[in-house]
Amino acid sequence: MVSPISSPPRTDPMLPRPFRVARVRRETADVATLELEALDGLPLNFAPGQFTMLYAFGVGEAPVSISGDAEKPERLVHTIRSVGRVTQALCGLRKGETVGVRGPFGSGWPLERARGGDVVMVAGGIGLPPLRPVIYHLLHHRKEYGRVYLLYGARTPDDLLFPEELKRWQHTLSLAPGSSPVLVTVDRAPESWDGAVGVVTGLIPGLRLDPAHTTAMMVGPEVMMRFTVTGLLERGLKAPDLYLSMERNMKCAVGFCGHCQLGPHFVCKDGPVFALPQLNGWLGRKEV
Amino acid sequence: MEQGRFALEPQALEQLLHALERRGYTTLGPQVRDGAIVYDRLERPQDLPVGWVDWQEGGTYKLYRRSDQAFFGYTVGPDSWKKFLHPPVLRLFSTERADGGFNVQAELEAVPRYAFIGVRACELRAIAIQDKVFLGGPYQDPHYKARREQAFIVAVNCGHAGNTCFCASVGSGPKATAGFDLALTELIEEGRHYFVGEVGSGLGAEVLGEITHRPATPYEQSRADAVVTATAQHMGRSLETGGVKELLYQNLEHPRWEAVAERCLSCGNCTQVCPTCFCTAVEDHTDLAGQKAERTRRWDSCFTADFSYLHGGSVRVSTRARYRQWLTHKLATWQDQFGSLGCVGCGRCITWCPVGIDLTQEVGAIGGGYVQTEPGA
Amino acid sequence: MSRLNPEHERYLAEHPFFAGLNTKDIAWLADLARPLELAAGEYLYHEGDPSSEFYVMREGLIRLEAHTPGRGFLIIQTLEAGEVLGWSWMMPEVRKTFDARVLKAAHLLAFEAEAVRRRCEQDHHLGYELCKRFSRVIGDRLQATRFRLLDLYGQPH
Repeated sequence: MVSPISSPPRTDPMLPRPFRVARVRRETADVATLELEALDGLPLNFAPGQFTMLYAFGVGEAPVSISGDAEKPERLVHTIRSVGRVTQALCGLRKGETVGVRGPFGSGWPLERARGGDVVMVAGGIGLPPLRPVIYHLLHHRKEYGRVYLLYGARTPDDLLFPEELKRWQHTLSLAPGSSPVLVTVDRAPESWDGAVGVVTGLIPGLRLDPAHTTAMMVGPEVMMRFTVTGLLERGLKAPDLYLSMERNMKCAVGFCGHCQLGPHFVCKDGPVFALPQLNGWLGRKEV
Repeated sequence: MEQGRFALEPQALEQLLHALERRGYTTLGPQVRDGAIVYDRLERPQDLPVGWVDWQEGGTYKLYRRSDQAFFGYTVGPDSWKKFLHPPVLRLFSTERADGGFNVQAELEAVPRYAFIGVRACELRAIAIQDKVFLGGPYQDPHYKARREQAFIVAVNCGHAGNTCFCASVGSGPKATAGFDLALTELIEEGRHYFVGEVGSGLGAEVLGEITHRPATPYEQSRADAVVTATAQHMGRSLETGGVKELLYQNLEHPRWEAVAERCLSCGNCTQVCPTCFCTAVEDHTDLAGQKAERTRRWDSCFTADFSYLHGGSVRVSTRARYRQWLTHKLATWQDQFGSLGCVGCGRCITWCPVGIDLTQEVGAIGGGYVQTEPGA
Repeated sequence: MSRLNPEHERYLAEHPFFAGLNTKDIAWLADLARPLELAAGEYLYHEGDPSSEFYVMREGLIRLEAHTPGRGFLIIQTLEAGEVLGWSWMMPEVRKTFDARVLKAAHLLAFEAEAVRRRCEQDHHLGYELCKRFSRVIGDRLQATRFRLLDLYGQPH
């Protein structure tokens, strides 16, 4: 299990820290990226895979994965999809406004464990932002890893996040010229799209990798992660090498409110990143 | 600290309350209100439920007059001490817009110093369990900590076992063994009414020093021991706890869950009266002008429909799933999370369930091979 | 050992789809295999074409399309290198439902359906083995389509 990295000791983990919005990027119709700077100037150090609770004044909090570069913590970056009252308020923030931040919380991706082997990241929809810090880490330490793949499934080409970075990563992530580390597919596309159309698992058989030395990290709707697990296991990867980022209702993010329990696990502090064996008997069980 | 057991006359109770008040404690203890024994501000020993006893069964709680004037001749009511240590409603912070941003102000209200009078062994265990939840992990709850650290605890050993009690099964009682400052066993026999007590801490010894007491005789001590032994033998319920975690993990799809769901109203009474249930929700409020806001925390229950709300719907939609969540958390997953059972055997959930669901019976049905075919039979 | 093309035989022997077939059958298929190269923009087949071949795509990207007046064409799905295409070969009366257009230059091995059908009628063992494998192909396509219908990345409601 990946050990959690908690924030520096604070008197009260429920008090938000004010951060100023330094930049807002509209990624798609319902997704925005906020770049935040702490009012007190102290950078928020985090591990890829961790999340914060973002507080929209008077509206409430939402758990949001950090989507920025862990080696550049002066700017705290979050990519948020507007799905409810709080996320709508967060997506509506403008440069100069203030947001509350608690965190970072939770377990991170197994970057140490994955060293020396191949890496497959599978992102579905809004699942790409929680993996972007991993990509930045891999780019900073490229030689420490083998072949790297990003399989990214989105609804339509208009919903693709970070399109310029995706193009750049095609070159910067690859070990040898001509290899395709970034594989993007969409569920539906207009004729102008000349890329893949189909489910993201359709991209798995074509990967060149060593299944015995590959770590997989995936984020997306739970159904998608279940069939991705099946596809990867069929490819010969082993269960302890598969990592999933899980989601449950969260109110406190520190293991006190009880809402995020998934079997014996508190998704906020035992997760959100779990190795597949930890979820044995719980993933795929209805209503847990 | 090692100190021999002492004896108190009933008059010393008033001295005890005064000694605590002089030290700045708010004394709290059991009292009769609206036909139940609840915990509230206790100013005088006469305000205790003197001469009262409770009768409890599934969905049933009644008070009857005793034939004596015992101060503590009953078991536990719907309240537990969690309502003081883990308040049902608590403001976490307030905030106000300023300079284009906002300031966050932590809750400044002074934390009271509580003295709990009449804490049962099962309740001491429940407090220890909540200590683990709120203080034993990577984060600590400062609100719980502030109240807990200052709490003075006077425990009372039960003189009779309730009909829904099973502390002996889970090893949490009936004798108070740890976690108290002073512990008392009430004895009314052979024309005498007195207490045999134990000191549990240095602070307890100090307070004891301010009230009239004397060493307990060996006979008195043996009488006190006998009371506790007798209580242990008359538990109304029992629960097989050995292997209960594996039992529940292996039976998550047992038909019994469906059967109990047909009776369960998902009213959440059990979670409210349970001394270890700790789930909370947060609420954010603003004033009309949108200039000031605050966040409050309040008790929540895993039985509510949107407790597990995610992506437009709840994860646990059915009552079956929610009852299963509560019971498997209490007896199974709690062990993986906190290293002990979450249940202290107080029986409140059985007593206060409107339809009398008995978790000892539910576990028995899942474990004993007994499959109930008629729901509610 | 295929006299005509040992490289085809090696390729098929290592392809997961053909795993488990006996060497005699792999050799026969390797003999039958016709290499096909198509440039981006060319069509592998059109809607309405008879199901005269099935294909193994060694390299490239192919897109299934349904053209429709006023909207150009609708994309059904794309198929990657390693895929086996043309499952309708088993049913000679069935014609192609969609256009198959090459997006990235494709190298394929084409297998004449009539020849394979005749061989399978004689050799039911081979027929059953191919049936099992093509059932898997059809099943995978069906499941993938069902997952896309779920619209998992859509707004949660």
